[in-house]
Amino acid sequence: MSILSLKNVTKNFGGLTAVNNVSFDVEEGEILGLIGPNGSGKTTIFNLINHFYPVSSGEIIFKGNNITHKQTHEIAMLGIGRTFQVVKPLKRLSVADNVMAAAFSRESTFEGAIKVANEVLKFTHLEHVAQQKAGGLPIAGRKRLEIAKALATRPSLLLLDETAAGLNPAELDEAIDIIRAIRADLGITIIIVEHIMKVIMNISDRIHAIAYGTTITDGSPEEVAANPTVIEAYLGSDYH
Amino acid sequence: MQNKKFFSKSEIGIFIGSLVLPFIFEFSPYIQGLLIFVMLWVVLGTSWNLLAGYTGQVSFGHAAFFGIGAYAAGIPFYLFKVSPWWGLVTGGLAAVILGYLLGIVVFRLRGPYFALGTLASAEILRIVFGQEEWLTNGHNGILYMTTWVTKYPYYFLILAIAAGSIITVKLVMRRREGYYFLSIREDEDAASAIGINASKYKNISMTLSSFWAGMAGAFYFIYMGFIDPETVFALHNISIISILVGIIGGVGTIWGPAIGAIIMVILQETFRSAFFGFAPQWVSGMHALVFGLLVIFVILYLPGGVVGDWDLIGKSLHLKRKREKKE
Repeated sequence: MSILSLKNVTKNFGGLTAVNNVSFDVEEGEILGLIGPNGSGKTTIFNLINHFYPVSSGEIIFKGNNITHKQTHEIAMLGIGRTFQVVKPLKRLSVADNVMAAAFSRESTFEGAIKVANEVLKFTHLEHVAQQKAGGLPIAGRKRLEIAKALATRPSLLLLDETAAGLNPAELDEAIDIIRAIRADLGITIIIVEHIMKVIMNISDRIHAIAYGTTITDGSPEEVAANPTVIEAYLGSDYH
Repeated sequence: MQNKKFFSKSEIGIFIGSLVLPFIFEFSPYIQGLLIFVMLWVVLGTSWNLLAGYTGQVSFGHAAFFGIGAYAAGIPFYLFKVSPWWGLVTGGLAAVILGYLLGIVVFRLRGPYFALGTLASAEILRIVFGQEEWLTNGHNGILYMTTWVTKYPYYFLILAIAAGSIITVKLVMRRREGYYFLSIREDEDAASAIGINASKYKNISMTLSSFWAGMAGAFYFIYMGFIDPETVFALHNISIISILVGIIGGVGTIWGPAIGAIIMVILQETFRSAFFGFAPQWVSGMHALVFGLLVIFVILYLPGGVVGDWDLIGKSLHLKRKREKKE
């Protein structure tokens, strides 16, 4: 059964159609890669799913509920966690307090929230910087903190928006391990937006490719990589 | 994420110290009066700090809550001769209701627009309470013979209110609400993405903040025995003071407003009395100028306030001592 369905979702910003009639399903336990050139509407799709922007038309169904018109915080409480491409740490709070704030979404007591926070910090390899101010973390740490905050809300679906961008090769491998463990150990379904092909091809079970806000293909990583329209979208029509 | 005892030893020390303070100054009701004003400003600063310092909603209109609290004690007395002491019940309540209603309007605004919205709210109330003479006696104000001449009961009353406000902040900041306030202050979008209902928690913060400002207002009427719209809804004497006390002491720190209040009252009195009569009379008008300079200094060199940047102050003193040793 699909955990999330987008049905003919369209988003207009004035005269610009950022997302045009996009439909896809995400199966429970799946890792879906969402790819497309810059400006093709990947982050906008995330912003529509968690209602940072209202959709112009179409429907979004999560676990059988229509969440198209629900508020951002309600969607988070229903079980959709997300990270931000432009990271949004709570800068003047410690890393641990960042995760605590998110953990309070499911835990009403201080002790309960600490417990969840500690588990999540360990899982995302942030234990050793837990007491540092989040604003002082280097980029790799901030990206992992984004994941940690999202995980602390105990999501069943996680939207990862370029969590590997800006990382060095060693950090990249660590990120891939963590993302794999999120599904393997926590059983969380993932939609991942990523430009780094090493990550997306390695991790995804299926890839949904878009360009100019429209779906161009959907299939296994191998199929998508071989698809001429995808090659054309990324490299131009002269490349054959 | 500390899980220490609720009160530290020094905090208990401060509380006991505050209990004996008025007895030390038994010889001078003038100084006892100043102590009462310190406590009054502690309440105002703490109240402002909860909404602005911890939740990031910088209010420029805390006089609205202070004034409504004062009039909640004053109007029943003026109209029906009800004892102003009931203000300790109605003051906080009236401020909470006002806070909730104002919240519906001003929480639609963010940043500087929120500040302007709150400022305008307090100004509107000042004008309305000045015009509606049937209710408030207008600019003539409401006058009542205070219950006691001695300062002691008033001091302990305002000390209790101040302690109540600080304990409220301490309690809240260890709970889910506190973490949510901080998250909203840091990034409202990130907060909503982790499931925080920002408008709900802003309202909760406003409710707690306005309650204590309202209590301070009710106390003011009980203690002073006179209120008029120009004093209790004053922009410069109430709204701005709440902000200055918070900024100088330390925005987003538990004890910041308390330290800020002590500094501000001492400064204001020193200048108002022209250095207790030792300086020429024209100095007495200068306290506002000194406040301004102090704020500029604090914002430039101690952006976290005296409490927030205590480490910084300690460090520079330490360096100075080192340098002196070398020389």
